[in-house]
Amino acid sequence: MSVWTHHKKLERHSLLLVLGIVLVVSVGGLVEIAPLFWLKSTVEKVDGMRPYTPLELAGRDIYIREGCYTCHSQMIRPLKDEVERYGHYSLAAESMYDHPFQWGSKRTGPDLARVGGKYSDSWHTEHLINPRSLVPESVMPPYKFLAEKDLDTRDIVAKVRTMTAVGVPYTASEISHAEADLQAQADPYSTDAIDLKHRYGPKVANRDYDGDPDRLTEMDALIAYLQMLGTLVDFSTYQAQSPANQR
Amino acid sequence: MTTHTQNPVRLLPGSELLLALVAAGGLLSILAAGFSHDHLFRLQAYVFAGAAVIFGFALTAGISGGTLKYEPDRYMDGVIRAGVIATMFWAVIGMLVGVVIACQLAWPTIFYFPEAGWLNFGRLRPLHTSGVIFAFGGNALICTSFWVVQRTCRARLAGGILPWFVFWGYQMFIALAALGYVTGITQGREYAEPEWIVDLWLTVVWVAYLLVFLGTIWKRKEPHIYVANWFYLAFIVTVAVLHLVNNAALPVGPLNHRAYSLFSGVQDALTQWWYGHNAVGFFLTAGFLGIMYYFVPKRAEKPVFSYRLSIVHFWALIFIYIWAGPHHLHYTALPQWAQTLGMTFSIMLWMPSWGGMINGLMTLSGAWDKVRTDPVIRMMVVSLAFYGMSTFEGPLMSIREVNSLSHYTDWTIGHVHSGALGWVGFISFGAIYCMVPWLWKKEKMFSNTLIEWHFWIATSGILLYIAAMWVSGIMEGLMWRAYTDQGFLAFSFIETVSAKHIEFIIRVLGGAMFLGGALIMVYNIWRTIRMPSTAPQAEARPALAAA
Repeated sequence: MSVWTHHKKLERHSLLLVLGIVLVVSVGGLVEIAPLFWLKSTVEKVDGMRPYTPLELAGRDIYIREGCYTCHSQMIRPLKDEVERYGHYSLAAESMYDHPFQWGSKRTGPDLARVGGKYSDSWHTEHLINPRSLVPESVMPPYKFLAEKDLDTRDIVAKVRTMTAVGVPYTASEISHAEADLQAQADPYSTDAIDLKHRYGPKVANRDYDGDPDRLTEMDALIAYLQMLGTLVDFSTYQAQSPANQR
Repeated sequence: MTTHTQNPVRLLPGSELLLALVAAGGLLSILAAGFSHDHLFRLQAYVFAGAAVIFGFALTAGISGGTLKYEPDRYMDGVIRAGVIATMFWAVIGMLVGVVIACQLAWPTIFYFPEAGWLNFGRLRPLHTSGVIFAFGGNALICTSFWVVQRTCRARLAGGILPWFVFWGYQMFIALAALGYVTGITQGREYAEPEWIVDLWLTVVWVAYLLVFLGTIWKRKEPHIYVANWFYLAFIVTVAVLHLVNNAALPVGPLNHRAYSLFSGVQDALTQWWYGHNAVGFFLTAGFLGIMYYFVPKRAEKPVFSYRLSIVHFWALIFIYIWAGPHHLHYTALPQWAQTLGMTFSIMLWMPSWGGMINGLMTLSGAWDKVRTDPVIRMMVVSLAFYGMSTFEGPLMSIREVNSLSHYTDWTIGHVHSGALGWVGFISFGAIYCMVPWLWKKEKMFSNTLIEWHFWIATSGILLYIAAMWVSGIMEGLMWRAYTDQGFLAFSFIETVSAKHIEFIIRVLGGAMFLGGALIMVYNIWRTIRMPSTAPQAEARPALAAA
C-alpha cells in the first residue's frame, strides 16, 4: 500500500480533492498573515500619527482613482541611497490608517512617501497640470482636469464614518464636522480653521492649495494629501535602534 | 443514445428561471440607479440594467425560437466556441491597450491628451493588466476547462443553461471592470482593482463556474479525475478564496460605488500580495498547467511523461505558492520574519515549477520531430521554455539582495511579461489552435504558414520586450544607488527616467509585434471558421460515448 495507491482515493472523489486543495492552500496564508493582526510588534509605537483630515481623505481617494500607485511607491526601503534620496525609511505605523495601503510596487516616477513639504503648492499645481513644463524629460500624464473639476464633498461624512467602522479612530465630533473641516482646510480665511486644528493638530495648514481661491477643486484635495505625506511622525522622539522597534 | 422525450425541442434546464432572474435583476438595477446620488454608482447600475434588457431579449428569443436546445447526449460546445471568440477579442483589446500605454511612456507629448484625463496611464494600466490577465487569460481558462472537463469525464457540461450564464456573466464582469477603470472606479489594489459591487458579481459568476465544473466531474464516466482537472480545480477553488479575502471591504453606502478595505497598512499589504502573487500562482500558473496537461499530450499524441511527477509537483506547487507573497514586500515595513518566510518558499518554488515544465517537455519524448514540423507544438514547447525561464528568474528575484536591485524597476515588468507573453500567451494560443478545427468541424487550421508567421513574429517580440526591460530595469536600479567619488548620489531621479527612452521604444516594438502575431491568428481563425466543414455524419454529431 504505497502513497500512490492512497492518492487514487483523491483522484476518485472530487470533494476529497477539493477539501485537500483547500487545506493545503490555507496553511501558508494562516501562518504568514494571521499573526500580523495580533503580534504587537508588527506596528511600531510612534508620536504624531493621526487620521487623515477630510480634505486629505478626499485627496487620497483621487490619488487612488487616478491610479497614481501604478507609477509611484509610498514605501522607502532602509537602503542607504533611498534614505538619502527620499528621507527616513517608512515605518509600518505611517500607513496604519491607510485603507487600502498604497505602498505601490513600481517607481516609474519617484517615491512619494515623504513628498509632503518638499515642493510648494504652486509647484504641485503647475506640475500636475503639465509635468513637462517643470520637468522636461518627465513621462507623467497631465492632470489639468483636476484643477477644473469641483470637489464632490457630498459623501465625506459617510466616508469618514466608514473609515471609523473599519478601525480608524475618528472621534464623534470629527465625523459630524467632516464637511466643515473639509471646507475650512481649503480656505485660508476660514473661521472654522481653529476647530480644524484643534481636532487634527496645529500642523494642519488651511490654505488655498491650487491657486484658485474661488473654487474648491479636486486639485485642492490632491495637493493637500500630497503635502502631508510623510510629515506626521515625529522622528525626534523615534528610537530606531530601540529593541521595541526592531523587527 | 435515445432521448426519452416527446417534445421535438427540449429547453436547456433553467432557461426560464434565468430569464426571471435577469428581469428581476434589471428592475433592481433601475431602482438602484434611481435612488443613488453617486453618479459612478448610477453608471454601474445602468450597465446592469442595459445588460438585463439585452439578455432578457436574447433569452426570450432563445426560449421561443428553440435555439437553447438541450441535447443531453452531446457535448455542449457552443459555449466553448463563444469562449474562443471572446478570448481572441479580449487578447487583441488587452494587448492593444498595452501597446498604447507603452507608447505613452515612450512619447508622452504625443500619447497624452490633457483634455481626456480618462486616457491617462494610471487609468489605462489597470485596463491593460485586467484585460490580458482576466479577460484574455480568464476566457482562455474558462473555455479550455469546459472542453477538457467534458472530454476527460466523457460527460456533457452540467447545469443546463448555467455554462452560458458563466460565460456571459464573466463578460459582464469584464465590461463592468473596464468601464470602471476609465471612469475612475477602482479600489486601488493591484490586479484587484474592481470595486465591491463588481467583486460581488464576480463571486456569483465564480460560484456558478465551480458548480458547472464540479457537476460535470460528478457526472463522469471515467473512474479517475484526469490530472488537468486537478489543476483547473485548484485554480477555481483557490482563486475564490483569494478573491473573497482580499476584497473584504466596507462600502461607503449601499448605493455608493466606493468601499474601504477592512485591513490597513502592513496587514493590508500582505493580504494584497498574498492575493497578488497567487493570482500568478493559481490563475496564471495552475490554470494554464491544466491547459498544458491536456493539450500538449493530445497534440503530441503521447501520454503524459510521468504520472507520479504530476502528483508530486501538483501538491508541492499549490502548497508552496501560497507562501510566496511576501517577496513583493522585501525591505518594506513588513516584519522581517515574514519576508524571510516568503523568500524561503519562493526559492523552494523553483522545484515544483520545473517539475511541471519537465513533465510537459518530456511528454514530447519520441515526438521531438514535431517541433520542426508543427508550429503549434513548437509554440507550446517554447511556452514551457518561457515557463521554466520565468520560474527560475522569479526565485532569483525573490532573494532579498537581488530584490533590493530589481524591486520597483522595469526588471519586474520584464519578468512578468516573459511569463505572461511567453508562457500564458503561447500555451493559450497553442490550445486555441488545437481547438478551433475541432470546434468548428474543420480538418485543420486555414493556414499553417500563418501560424509559422505568428510564432516567429511573436517570439521575436517577446525577446525584444524582455531584453529591453532587463536592460532598463538593471540600469535604473544601478543608477538609483550610484554614488560619485565625493559620496553624493550620482543621478537625480529624472536622469534615470530619460536614460530609459530607447528601451521604452524597443518595448513598444516588441509589444506591437506580439499584438501583430495575435492579429494574424485572428485572421487565421476567421478564415478557418469560413472553410467548408468536414462533415462526415459521425463527426458532425459527436455522441458522448464515441469521444
